[in-house]
Amino acid sequence: MSASLERGLNAFREVMDAPIASFFNSCVHCGLCADACLFHTETGDPKYTPIHKLEPLRKLWKREYTVLGKLASLVGLGETVSDVELEEWSPLVYDSCTLCGRCTLVCPVGNDITYMIRKMREGMAAAGHAPAGLVEASRRTIELGSPMGIKLKAFMAQVHGQEEETGIEIPVDKAGTDYLVIMSSMEILGYPEYLGSLARIFRQAGISWTVSSEAFEATNSGIQIGVSDIARQIVSRVVDAAEQLGVKYVISPECGHAFSALRWEGPNLIGRPYKFEVVHVLELLDQLRKDGRLKTEGKTDKALTLHDPCQIVRRGGIVAEPRNLVNMVASDFREMEDPGMYNWCCGGGGGVSAITGAEELRFKVFRIKKRQIEGTGAGTMVTACANCRNVLEEGLEHYKMDTRMIGITELVAEHLKQEDAS
Amino acid sequence: MSDMALLLWARGPGLQIALTVFIIGMLLKLFEIFSLGRKKDLSTPRPGKAWSGWKTIFSRSLPDRTLLKRTFPTYLMGYTFHIGFFIALLFFAPHIELFRKTVGLGWPALPTTLVDGVTLLSIVALLLMLGYRLYHPVKRFLSTFDDYASWALTMAPLLSGYLAVHHLLLPYTLMLAIHILSVELLLVFMPFTKLFHTVSLFISRWYNGDALGHKGARL
Repeated sequence: MSASLERGLNAFREVMDAPIASFFNSCVHCGLCADACLFHTETGDPKYTPIHKLEPLRKLWKREYTVLGKLASLVGLGETVSDVELEEWSPLVYDSCTLCGRCTLVCPVGNDITYMIRKMREGMAAAGHAPAGLVEASRRTIELGSPMGIKLKAFMAQVHGQEEETGIEIPVDKAGTDYLVIMSSMEILGYPEYLGSLARIFRQAGISWTVSSEAFEATNSGIQIGVSDIARQIVSRVVDAAEQLGVKYVISPECGHAFSALRWEGPNLIGRPYKFEVVHVLELLDQLRKDGRLKTEGKTDKALTLHDPCQIVRRGGIVAEPRNLVNMVASDFREMEDPGMYNWCCGGGGGVSAITGAEELRFKVFRIKKRQIEGTGAGTMVTACANCRNVLEEGLEHYKMDTRMIGITELVAEHLKQEDAS
Repeated sequence: MSDMALLLWARGPGLQIALTVFIIGMLLKLFEIFSLGRKKDLSTPRPGKAWSGWKTIFSRSLPDRTLLKRTFPTYLMGYTFHIGFFIALLFFAPHIELFRKTVGLGWPALPTTLVDGVTLLSIVALLLMLGYRLYHPVKRFLSTFDDYASWALTMAPLLSGYLAVHHLLLPYTLMLAIHILSVELLLVFMPFTKLFHTVSLFISRWYNGDALGHKGARL
């Protein structure tokens, strides 16, 4: 057995727990999860059935964690996991799973398949079978401190740009403020107006906030590839900066998995609860709305629809907030078919958008999103995740659709009451 | 061995052996699961969702709204079979009589003709499920020996019970013996096949719902 395979199998053993054992025991092969997965519904290929993506992990469980399996292996029977098999499974565990969580929601016996895929990736990465795109992102994280290779200067350039744009000073490393704002890599590179929008909203609401020169990026490729050490390193940067600055809250940006990484996985990665709270920007904005501190005027009469980012909505519980905010500034908000907790993934979550080899498949499965969008007849789509937004924009481009995209924070900021916003 | 001797063996030593294997097997499987433990989640849960695991144990018995329109046959056959099976098991007068004698608990039975019809429906559903498993690309792709063996182990008591009640195919005594033996076979294999889902699904649903509830996600 090769050293890398042994490392992979050890990582499988490391993640094995009572939930996983119970899930494997419970599966009756009904196949319903296939119909919840866009990679199956759009390709019709049974190999994309979510529970099948876990076959190597199941084999190891059967062999080493069940009495019958142990007995069988004693007499040389039972299935083993090979390096070739893990390599074969890489496109199933990475390219064709966005960790969107739909299968977890529909499984009649209650299997949390998404949880298992996330865990299985630890073994796949350890065995050297993570896709190149994600390996590169992780390498950049270690070497440059950023999965997309963003350096402080690039971030500061965007900060200054937004200061000029809005005429508002953006506080950097200001200790003792209430909120620390971090951004997703995609926002820093492609949608810096998120920061300017926040600056305007926060000025109106009278919020004390800062950005950090130590931790400005929330994107966590360690979570996506399944290497907890890297994930911990990235989360720690934010935790250290936030605790040094003494902020009460860290605002998770418009990014799905960054929210999952920071809000749910982070404390488990560093082994302790935080000394601050993590709040998603949508939660904060909706709270400001409720408190009357977010004041808008006028509503756009353009038809808008909403794409729910999986990690924020289905796996983050933030369902009503984006709707409250959109309805505040739009008079013609149209829900897609299967909205909210049932929404279909953009096709690029969970690191998939970083895997170049998966692009063709990603465009193929985008057809379900295309149908959803077209079903609403809306010309503008709002979302709350910069990665979703980028993936959606690519999909729209691929299919030559003229749907316009905008982030919720930006949309709200466009309608801020003038005397406060000017 | 005469039919009567077989019936007596099935009711006596056979049942005892089956129950022993069943109980030890079940405990062993439960130990297999729970001994692995679960790490405590250190992230701050969203408030008011502590009951999510328990709620999911029940709520996941309901069909998923969005899937219903895609996979109606799976749901229809699944519900028909499961409901039929449990009605036959728990509301057939002779079964209740057996429970009363062995564990001292009894409850009112449903009319025999109703149980009879439901059993037949359950048998038909199970037959269709096998056909669907062989026909449906995903189900066929996923299926292993366990799936077909479990199907046979489940079908046997239903079918033999129905035939015994109607005095069909074989002499009543022999068919009744076969019926009881088939139940014993089901008990013996339940912990070691996918039929264990009858117990483990409650554990799985709890873990699933608890994790979702922790995040404040809808169930």
